[in-house]
Amino acid sequence: MMSWLMAGLLFTPLAWAVVSLLVGFRTGRWLSWVGMVLQVGASVALWFAVARESGFYYALGGWQAPLGIELQVDGLALTFVLLTAAVASACGLHAGVYLDPDKPWQRYFWPLFWFLWAGLNAVWLGADLFNLYVGLELITLSAVGLVALGGDAGALRASLRYLLAALVGSMAYLLGVALMYGQFGTLSLAGMSHLAQEYPGLEGAGLAMALMMTGLALKTALFPLHGWLPPAHGIARSPVSALLSALVVKASFFIAARLWLELGPNLGTLALAQLAGVLGALAVLWGSWLACLQPQLKQVVAYSSVAQIGYLFLLFPLTWGVTEAVSQQAQQGMTLQVISHALAKAAMFLAAGNLILSTGSNRVSDLAGVSRFLPFSLFSFGLAGVSLMSLPPTGGFAAKWLLLQASLNSGQWWWTLVLLAGGLLSAAYVFRIYRASFVEHSELDQFYHPPRRLEAIPMMLALMSLGLGLVAEPLLSVMALPFGEGG
Amino acid sequence: MSVHLLYAFAGAGVFTIGLFGMVFMVHLLRKLLAFNLMGSGTFLVLVGLAQHRNGVDPVPQALVLTGIVVAIAATALALVLIRRYFHLTGQVTLEPGSRDDEGHS
Repeated sequence: MMSWLMAGLLFTPLAWAVVSLLVGFRTGRWLSWVGMVLQVGASVALWFAVARESGFYYALGGWQAPLGIELQVDGLALTFVLLTAAVASACGLHAGVYLDPDKPWQRYFWPLFWFLWAGLNAVWLGADLFNLYVGLELITLSAVGLVALGGDAGALRASLRYLLAALVGSMAYLLGVALMYGQFGTLSLAGMSHLAQEYPGLEGAGLAMALMMTGLALKTALFPLHGWLPPAHGIARSPVSALLSALVVKASFFIAARLWLELGPNLGTLALAQLAGVLGALAVLWGSWLACLQPQLKQVVAYSSVAQIGYLFLLFPLTWGVTEAVSQQAQQGMTLQVISHALAKAAMFLAAGNLILSTGSNRVSDLAGVSRFLPFSLFSFGLAGVSLMSLPPTGGFAAKWLLLQASLNSGQWWWTLVLLAGGLLSAAYVFRIYRASFVEHSELDQFYHPPRRLEAIPMMLALMSLGLGLVAEPLLSVMALPFGEGG
Repeated sequence: MSVHLLYAFAGAGVFTIGLFGMVFMVHLLRKLLAFNLMGSGTFLVLVGLAQHRNGVDPVPQALVLTGIVVAIAATALALVLIRRYFHLTGQVTLEPGSRDDEGHS
């Protein structure tokens, strides 16, 4: 039973990717709908299995580490698997209608989509550093391909910039892995954490840690390494931007968080933790500020991603050298922030895609009059914005509330200022879009009306992110599912 | 200093040269070659550093093999993109060209 589930989660996407490479866009769409049902089913079944017993290690195909691939199914991984199933399915459904099936290169959407999904699942479930690297590269290469699907020179330039930045990040990470292996002689994260506890004060490992963190920060677009993100996310087709912002940047952050939580107590330093926090804080302020200035709608949303990613890096100072309870709070806040940002940002990009489809322009100033013709999509955009502003009862509010408490309880009050300022600034850029769209006199009197399904999907995602604050407790209980050694 | 450590230091040096090229080179193909140099440096560290025990450790060899496959895939993707980009714009660098400015106005 369990082996079927694990095989389902990792091999269904790979198989679907290969098969959909052979067929056209329309057949691929049918195939992918079946695949999405399978994936969601497998993810939910894995949840029930872990809730019934406990988390476990799983050796793929019976091959044990170090040469086999070892998977670690714990609460955190499970939360992300479920999130991926929800968001990727929504984006896939949206893309099936949104993308123009008559453009010949669009048929490559489905293979890339499925490779991306396979890579994401591999990262959430990976238990050793090298397989995490492979998963990360699979994600990067398919994400770059998806950005390039736009086909024009701007899309290619953005995707090349993205690819080069991501490759430098991967190489820095891989060099860190090489140093770690030289130091510890193991690749397993759990084994490394054990060894680091036994032999404290290893200097080479600190350098390796810093290298890996830098590489991952580059791939997560942490300020000031965020330059590649806004062009890539802004220029990609809307369902692709939604996937990239909601899930892809979270993969490298997830690895950084895993590394930090396992190895940070022994190999991290106060300076590294505070540095990550300060950069995160600067990302919040700088990203939100630039989002207020962008003339193009999708660039606004993309810069808002830079800002929201910044909050995630507050995890580092809030879990270093603090009590267990505070660390727990910070981790819960981080998880909720990832989930609520994934849902809200996917909703926002998809709604922005509808608005652009309707007005035929990417500029904020051209939104005039759209509030009459497309109130539903605009409303989804706003609901997602409410979650980004972190007003109650949204998921964003619950996340920031936990982070706020963690920073007060650990005596690091200065992070609360960042949390408050970030909320205000995000309100500013969301209202800016609204102001533009309520202008009545518009030169445009022809608005294209996108199909209902395109409008329903972002609305559902936005409602999920809105209701997240109400179901935060049961959601966090998934993360806290017990983890057993056997499997 | 043992010979393995020498390999590791050489690898770190090659990596640094590659990183330098990645940051300061402008031509896209040169950037791509610099990336491959970074890869080679990393693989040298991976194989060189991990040989400190008796006998040959098979794990780094397997890792490097996988790493090479990943690097080839990345290089191939980058080449396809660069080629298409060159066909569309006639440019070999990422410097914002005239088309970008037109898009904004």
